Amino acid sequence: MSDISLAVEGLATRIDTTAGELRAVDGIDFELRRGECFALVGESGCGKSMTALSLLRLLPEAGRIASGRVLLEGHDLLALPEAAMRAVRGRRVAMIFQEPSTALNPVLTVGRQILEVIDRHLGIGGEEAKVRALALLDSVGIPDAARRFDEYPFQLSGGLKQRVMIAAALAADPEVLVADEPTTALDVTIQAQILELLARLQAERGMALLLITHDLAIVAQMAHRVAVMYAGQIVELATREQFFRAPQHPYSRKLFDAVPTPEKRSGELAVIPGQVPSLLGEFRGCRFAERCDEAFERCKWVAPSLVALPGGHLSRCLLREKGPAAPPGEVTVLAGKRSSTAGESDVLLDVADLKVHFPIRRGLFKRTVGHVKAVDGVSLQIREGRTLALVGESGCGKTTVGKAILRLLAPTGGTVRYGGADLAALSGEDLRLRRRAMQIVFQDPYASLNPRMRVGDILAEGMRALGVGGDEAGRAARIGVLLDQVGLPRDAVERYPHEFSGGQRQRIAIARALAVEPRLIICDEPTSALDVSVQAQILNLLRELQARLGLAYLFITHNLSVVEYLAHDVAVMYLGRIVEQGTVDEVLGSPRHPYTEALLSAVPQIEGQRRMVRLSGDLPSPANPPAGCHFHPRCPKALPECARDWPETARLSPTRTVNCLLYRASSAASIN
Amino acid sequence: MPVLLATDVLVWLLVAAAAGYALYCRRHAHLAAPWARVFRSPPAIASAVVLAFYVGVGLLDSLHYRPQLPQKADGGQKAYSVEVLSVLDWSLAHLRGRNEKTYSAPLAIRSFAREQVELPGGKIAREFPRLQFGGAHLAKEEHWASDVGWRVFKGLGFAAAILLAAAIGMRILRVRWPEVPWHAAVWALGGVLVLLMPALVLSGGYHVLGTDKVGNDVFYQALKSIRTSLVIGTVTTLVLLPLGIALGIMAGYFRGWVDDLIQYVYTTLNSIPGVLLIAASVLMMQVVIDRHPEWFATAAHRADAKLLVLCAILGLTSWTGLARLLRGETLKLSELEYIQAAHALGVRGGRVISRHILPNVAHIVIIAMVMDFSGLVLAEAVLSYVGVGVDPSTSSFGTMINSARMEMSREPVVWWALATAFCFMFVLVLAANLFADAVRDGFDPRVRVGALAKAAA
Repeated sequence: MSDISLAVEGLATRIDTTAGELRAVDGIDFELRRGECFALVGESGCGKSMTALSLLRLLPEAGRIASGRVLLEGHDLLALPEAAMRAVRGRRVAMIFQEPSTALNPVLTVGRQILEVIDRHLGIGGEEAKVRALALLDSVGIPDAARRFDEYPFQLSGGLKQRVMIAAALAADPEVLVADEPTTALDVTIQAQILELLARLQAERGMALLLITHDLAIVAQMAHRVAVMYAGQIVELATREQFFRAPQHPYSRKLFDAVPTPEKRSGELAVIPGQVPSLLGEFRGCRFAERCDEAFERCKWVAPSLVALPGGHLSRCLLREKGPAAPPGEVTVLAGKRSSTAGESDVLLDVADLKVHFPIRRGLFKRTVGHVKAVDGVSLQIREGRTLALVGESGCGKTTVGKAILRLLAPTGGTVRYGGADLAALSGEDLRLRRRAMQIVFQDPYASLNPRMRVGDILAEGMRALGVGGDEAGRAARIGVLLDQVGLPRDAVERYPHEFSGGQRQRIAIARALAVEPRLIICDEPTSALDVSVQAQILNLLRELQARLGLAYLFITHNLSVVEYLAHDVAVMYLGRIVEQGTVDEVLGSPRHPYTEALLSAVPQIEGQRRMVRLSGDLPSPANPPAGCHFHPRCPKALPECARDWPETARLSPTRTVNCLLYRASSAASIN
Repeated sequence: MPVLLATDVLVWLLVAAAAGYALYCRRHAHLAAPWARVFRSPPAIASAVVLAFYVGVGLLDSLHYRPQLPQKADGGQKAYSVEVLSVLDWSLAHLRGRNEKTYSAPLAIRSFAREQVELPGGKIAREFPRLQFGGAHLAKEEHWASDVGWRVFKGLGFAAAILLAAAIGMRILRVRWPEVPWHAAVWALGGVLVLLMPALVLSGGYHVLGTDKVGNDVFYQALKSIRTSLVIGTVTTLVLLPLGIALGIMAGYFRGWVDDLIQYVYTTLNSIPGVLLIAASVLMMQVVIDRHPEWFATAAHRADAKLLVLCAILGLTSWTGLARLLRGETLKLSELEYIQAAHALGVRGGRVISRHILPNVAHIVIIAMVMDFSGLVLAEAVLSYVGVGVDPSTSSFGTMINSARMEMSREPVVWWALATAFCFMFVLVLAANLFADAVRDGFDPRVRVGALAKAAA
């Protein structure tokens, strides 16, 4: 028996669309070895999910496999009749999907869904199957498996659901596990747990794991071998060590450059111009040629084949015919242009003790029986021309803070001082006219632009409402300037949002915010829906605008690498409260609060590993937060008195505060 | 003298509005695209052709006038008949005036009932007398078959000629709009013509679909009923739409007590049995109308007022479904980020509704409108059957069915009035439903094929 468990040969998948035939996967070859984690990396639209679905023959209605073979232990899966294929799926090749909330059937208990797999593939029923299912739940790290067995998916958190899905996938002991972006929908601390679990299970069971992801850091942490996909083809294939030492395809190199890191803080991020080409129709030359800095004349006419380099490294690039490229040079670290000390600019916005509580109503007369304390006493200051990053896991209330500052939600208590007025207390016309000062850019560029309005109308709307830009002609001129500022062509005015790509739409959203000349822009995860190369474009734009216009940003995100690149100050939120606040260097460089430490250690890194601080469990519900310090049930350093009171704010330096009992003594000492 | 009935005004306003909407759509890509999708579906094209026939008849029947009476010798001022006629009546004059005494079967030349006839010899016999008009031109009864055959043949000849012209026209249209399935249009047109042309030719000498109890031509009645159905189906939406849109969006957008109030209103309205509520309101309004004959110049005006009142009442009682749909959609939309961005930009509530919410629920309104149409046509039939529908002098499918109900128990059975009403209404509702389905598929973003492109990611 060879050690190759699954081999893909010349796989090509076509999708019929109204616009024509889409070559989603265009002739790819790779093999999965037993006990190996093989990562398939690429941006959205490059065909990596279609590859996974083709392996299992789970393509959508309009898709079909045009050619190729998928050999599982030497038997071609594509030649099997559908009935035989059903016996392969789940039994020998299992799949984990991205979205745990939709991949489980909401009306069946967790146990039933696992028993179903065991019954279908192993023919085991009754008590024996239940014992097996409980053992599985246990092995994927679900605490109190016996109780969870009889629960419904809605009673579980996202991380637990993903664990259940993994348990169901592993129920029949498959040889190959396909994981399609298994952690993209999860928070970083949960992501760390799941990745660790996958790595452990794979090692224990000797499975082959096909990991599909867009995150190079996850690849660095998990994979043994890596394939980079671009426009339906594999453009580079190498072992992890080879790939991360010296990527051999210009696209891979660009991807690395586009990832924001602290070292790149002072300069611009590399961007890949343009976007992934449409996969309709034929290609003549290299698919990446249009976006490639190193392209030369031949690239346009000659489609490159995979060039074998020493060590079995493959690269689909004409340049590599002359030999391998050297490892990329060190990133030149310029002296930090950014001021890392606060206090030199004026305070623009002063939020004190902000509270947003949502009442929980029950019963016939909708009596209030409790409150979800989404934001519970948040204080922060944003200074002119600086960026404050608000960091935390989903559900911690960071978006609610942003919306409450903008008065898109009514705060329950606290003050939001801007220019001498308390925005939290204003209403009606007073509030409306003050909206000019602050604007927001949302996460999803597809939901944040009205599809029925032309770009020109979208940009003019706020100016009209707030009387900016004088008359119609003045506004039209200003729209032209705005489009220049965000790097869009001026003829965009007449077009509708659907004619633009995600990154371009986000530029329109930024231009809309800029239209009323705000001093502060609240950016609510503005890049998390974008690919890494497009994310780099938007981050560059935001920094450029800050330098040019002196804008302040409140940057709400869960992506810490973006924070390191963009922010001056950081506030870390946990369950409606800020637990640590300070400059980027202070907080990310030497985190003090145990939660910050855990959060930072959970972020996968491309280079080197941080010491992992493992967090158990999930974020508790803000409707019923733990007593005392909200973090203490998960805190590895918790003291007995943590359960009693919310810790006072301890000031560790002029710019830095921590809310943790561990620093009470030290702060008292430093004050004395 | 032209006469403008209230419903005429509304019908023509609707036509103008539809034309305006079509022009508006042509200029806005996001509106034109779903309609283009609708007209790419063969069932939609076919049903549009059938609907066009109905609409054509209905519009001809919506141009009313009072004919001038013959000038008196003294040359006084012109006098007009009290009878209000429409262009359809004028073009079908041969059908309108020629009433028999009572029932006669389709294409019959003799009455359906025996009568006592005095024979030349003075003897009295009971026999089926010849009809006054049906087949009166035939010298001998044996010629009936050949005459009918010839007329059908002539009708088919006309149909073929028109169809040929249409097929040639289609080739030209295909160059301009190649993606529209014109063959479906031609097939549907063929179907309509093959039935209609022989019927028209035959109606010159016979009662194609027989006569009813008082001798009226059933074919003529059915054609007249079309307008009633269309008016009910479209004018009602005029009442229903503003209510449904305004209340639905207000409930979803303002929430709080506005939402509670509107929800209570429509929940209450929904819990009263529909027919009961409508019957009570209609009867009340009819009493008011009957008590004030001085409000109306002619009987036609009065009948028209009753029709209008029926539309209004149907509209007032059936906006709840649309309001509920729009409330839900507005609730969803107002959580969307572009609406939040508008709030952050200080855009006022009214503008948010008109610029952001209304255009984004427009597809639901269109879908609801075409889906409601057939329901309303059927509702009218039910109400008229119960006896609370239109004025008895207005022909409608409901009144036709109502008067045909007793005839079903006769022996031999008088089937044609019921069958005619059934077929006309069935074709109308079927076409409307098929069209509505295509509209829903075209407008509903969830059924778009575009989802595939997303799946490819």
